[in-house]
Amino acid sequence: MNSIAFVLLSILTLAAALATATLQKLMHATLSFAVTLVGVAALFFLLGAEFVGLVLVFVYIGAVAVLIVFTILLTRRDVGKDRGANWGGAFLAVAVFGGLTWAILETQSVAIVAPHLRTLTVKRIGEALMTSYVWPLQCVGVLLTAALIGALVLVMEEKR
Amino acid sequence: MSRWIIDHLWLVPAVPFVASLAILSLPNKQHKGAAVLAVAGQIVALVLSIFAFLPTLQVSGFRAVQNFTWFTFGDHALRLGWVLDPLAAVMLLMITLVGLCIFIFSTGYMSGDRNFVRFFAYLSFFSGAMLGLVISNSLLLLFMCWELVGLASYLLIGFWIERPSAAAAAKKAFITTRIGDMGFFLGLLWLYARSGTLLFYDGGNGCLESAGLAMLGASAASIALLIFCGAVGKSGQFPLHVWLPDAMEGPTPVSALIHAATMVAAGVFLVARVYPIFSFGAIDGVTASLTVVVWIGVTTALMAALIAIAQDDIKRILAYSTVSQLGLMMVSLGVGGVAAGMMHLLAHGFFKALLFLGAGSVIHGCHHEQDIRKMGGLRRLMPVTFLTYAIGMMALSGVPLFFSGGWTKEEVLHVTAHWPVSRLPYYFLLAGVVLTALYMTRQIIYVFFGDRRTASQHAQESPSVMTVPLIVLASCAILFSIVLTPAWPWLHDYLTDGAAHFEIARLIQPALLLSLALVAAGIGLGIWMYRRAGIPDRLRPADTDPLEFAQPQLFRFLQNKMWIDELYSRTVVAFSWMSARLSDWMDRHFWDRLVRGFGALGQLFGAFTASVDERGINAGVDETTLGTRGLGRLVSAAHSGQIQTYLSVIAIGALALLLFYAWLA
Amino acid sequence: MTPTLQIFLVVSAALFSTGLLAALSRRHAIFILIGIEMMLAAANLNFIAFWRFSPQPQPPTGVMIAIFSIAIAAAEAAVGLALVIAVYRHYRTTNVDHLDQLKG
Repeated sequence: MNSIAFVLLSILTLAAALATATLQKLMHATLSFAVTLVGVAALFFLLGAEFVGLVLVFVYIGAVAVLIVFTILLTRRDVGKDRGANWGGAFLAVAVFGGLTWAILETQSVAIVAPHLRTLTVKRIGEALMTSYVWPLQCVGVLLTAALIGALVLVMEEKR
Repeated sequence: MSRWIIDHLWLVPAVPFVASLAILSLPNKQHKGAAVLAVAGQIVALVLSIFAFLPTLQVSGFRAVQNFTWFTFGDHALRLGWVLDPLAAVMLLMITLVGLCIFIFSTGYMSGDRNFVRFFAYLSFFSGAMLGLVISNSLLLLFMCWELVGLASYLLIGFWIERPSAAAAAKKAFITTRIGDMGFFLGLLWLYARSGTLLFYDGGNGCLESAGLAMLGASAASIALLIFCGAVGKSGQFPLHVWLPDAMEGPTPVSALIHAATMVAAGVFLVARVYPIFSFGAIDGVTASLTVVVWIGVTTALMAALIAIAQDDIKRILAYSTVSQLGLMMVSLGVGGVAAGMMHLLAHGFFKALLFLGAGSVIHGCHHEQDIRKMGGLRRLMPVTFLTYAIGMMALSGVPLFFSGGWTKEEVLHVTAHWPVSRLPYYFLLAGVVLTALYMTRQIIYVFFGDRRTASQHAQESPSVMTVPLIVLASCAILFSIVLTPAWPWLHDYLTDGAAHFEIARLIQPALLLSLALVAAGIGLGIWMYRRAGIPDRLRPADTDPLEFAQPQLFRFLQNKMWIDELYSRTVVAFSWMSARLSDWMDRHFWDRLVRGFGALGQLFGAFTASVDERGINAGVDETTLGTRGLGRLVSAAHSGQIQTYLSVIAIGALALLLFYAWLA
Repeated sequence: MTPTLQIFLVVSAALFSTGLLAALSRRHAIFILIGIEMMLAAANLNFIAFWRFSPQPQPPTGVMIAIFSIAIAAAEAAVGLALVIAVYRHYRTTNVDHLDQLKG
């Protein structure tokens, strides 16, 4: 595993994430979010889970991020002033990061190096989906249907 | 049969009681129905009394007792019962027979009265109570009937409710007898406390039997005197005699039945009934209590006879005569002649009722005039009344031979003469005999002889419904003497549990001649003094009594009843008034204030409680509520409605959990 | 220097915290959703990292979880966005400070 790539990608991802959290203009923030997601997908590639990374690009960036852009555009009217920086929230976020990091560094068992990886093919993923993970697959299918119907119901205009 | 009547002796008083209740349910117009019910009740009672009388003839010393338990309390039981012995049996007969005659008489006498139905209801009620009194075997039951009889007397004296004098007389009668009854009740309580039983005869345990008497010991005399108080009140002895003359305010049949023949006789009957208590520990037939009885009786007899001479009301003369005769009976009982006294009581019942009914007939005929000075010459106008009245008068005066009163009075004088303590009562009674003859003669002359005065102008004989009872009673007065003569002293032996036998020789006795002489003297004196009564003289106006003319001060004294009523009014009555006023003042100012003080205390407490409730409890509750509300408001501040606040809280929670798990590991 | 698992976990923790920061500090309702999506992505990264660094050979459990997680996140994002639109239609605002009907 290439450590330089890792460092670069991590910095990119974190910087974009920070930008999402702090940029004033809504569009800029949304697009930074998209960049964050790209960085995460690249990290996935680095970790050898190429399929997941591609799925992430398709679903997250292609669908979710775009949806978010559309929604922002649809709910444009209220563009009032942003409130001052939420220092309480910032503090909490830092505290959470601190706590998590402390927990991670404390745990000795995770201080390991990557073992050799046998390539994970899509075939294997497909096989796993259809055999051991067939039930979760069906459930997710039902869930997606329900989400679809629910979203439609939520935004349906009231019949007078 | 005898067993049946002994078991059902309670029917004798019960039947008139039931008749009384039935009459009360009738409407006021139903005169005929009321009369029929009352007379029928009395006839049934008479028949039952005859049935009850028969078994007592079989053996001498007959006594049948029937006791039952009224109620129990703890270990003790209150027992009542009835007794059938010669004493009770003859009283039953006399009361029912005399009562029947009077009831029939009343249907005529009261025929014009609006309250006819009520009258007969009361009369029946009285009859039932009196019959219950004579058969009771328990002093308590006797006392209860005693009180009922007193109640009936009150109701009947004050029968004409629209007359204030009648109401006052009824009140006086009740209160005076109540004073006596207080003593009676105290004696009853003491007797119960000492002997543990109030039954007279109880198979050896009764209070009149030897075992019960022995428990009384020294208190027997006091108990006897207390019980005698009741007799003094009821029988009009001195000093509680004052109610009897005033009781004449009631209708004449009432006076005949209650205040001559029966109720006033209850006192004498009581002494006879509880005689063993009086005579307990007697030495030669004399005890302290009996001596008291004698002296009170003789005082009464003499005093009443004296007062009777100076009275102008036809019924008052007879009333005082009754008082005097009752005194005579008491004397007889006191000196030991129980049988003699009871015999005189029975005879007196018949002829006194006869005299009163005769007086009623006279009053009715003279259109309700009662002053004898306004009557006269009724001999020819009302012959039946005159004849029967004369028979009664002879019996009362004590003419022996054919008239029952003579024989009984003879017996009484006989026993009195042999009293160990003193001969004084005997002499006083002899004087009483003379006086009795005197005032009766005076009355007869005033009423029946001489010229017709104002009231007797339009007098006429009474209807037969009134005269027939007179004839019946007169016949009884004469026939009764058959069993009273010394030749055949059947009644005397019957009452004293002896065996009677006929002996003509005993008819003539020296004492008999003495009394005959005294009676003749009395009648003669009366005729001589009063032959010109009611007729104006050269010196004396028409309406002045000859005695009054001769001795005005003595006459005034006697006419005003020896000023005894006035004495009582100044002392006892005044004292009562003062006590009542004092009690009223105390009640109004002292007790009332005390009660109001307590009320104020209660109010204070209430106010205090209210303030505690207001300040303490309410405030506490309010504070709690406010506190809860405040707390709620505080807690609900956490619900800001801001999504990001909720998120923060979740994040904090998650962080805490994480740290906790990390620390654990 | 090969990146250890620890480093990956730290990176994912940083991403997670940033997502939290984004959710807490923006006033637009959408950004809470963005923050949540970021947190989900960080979690997925965690799973994949653990899968990679676990002893070989192993079943693709981590990958499966990540795939499903992405699918569910998409569904949830769709519903959430529909909610935001519905709320915007009713209240005419997407400012979460003004959406405090649940207050009290």
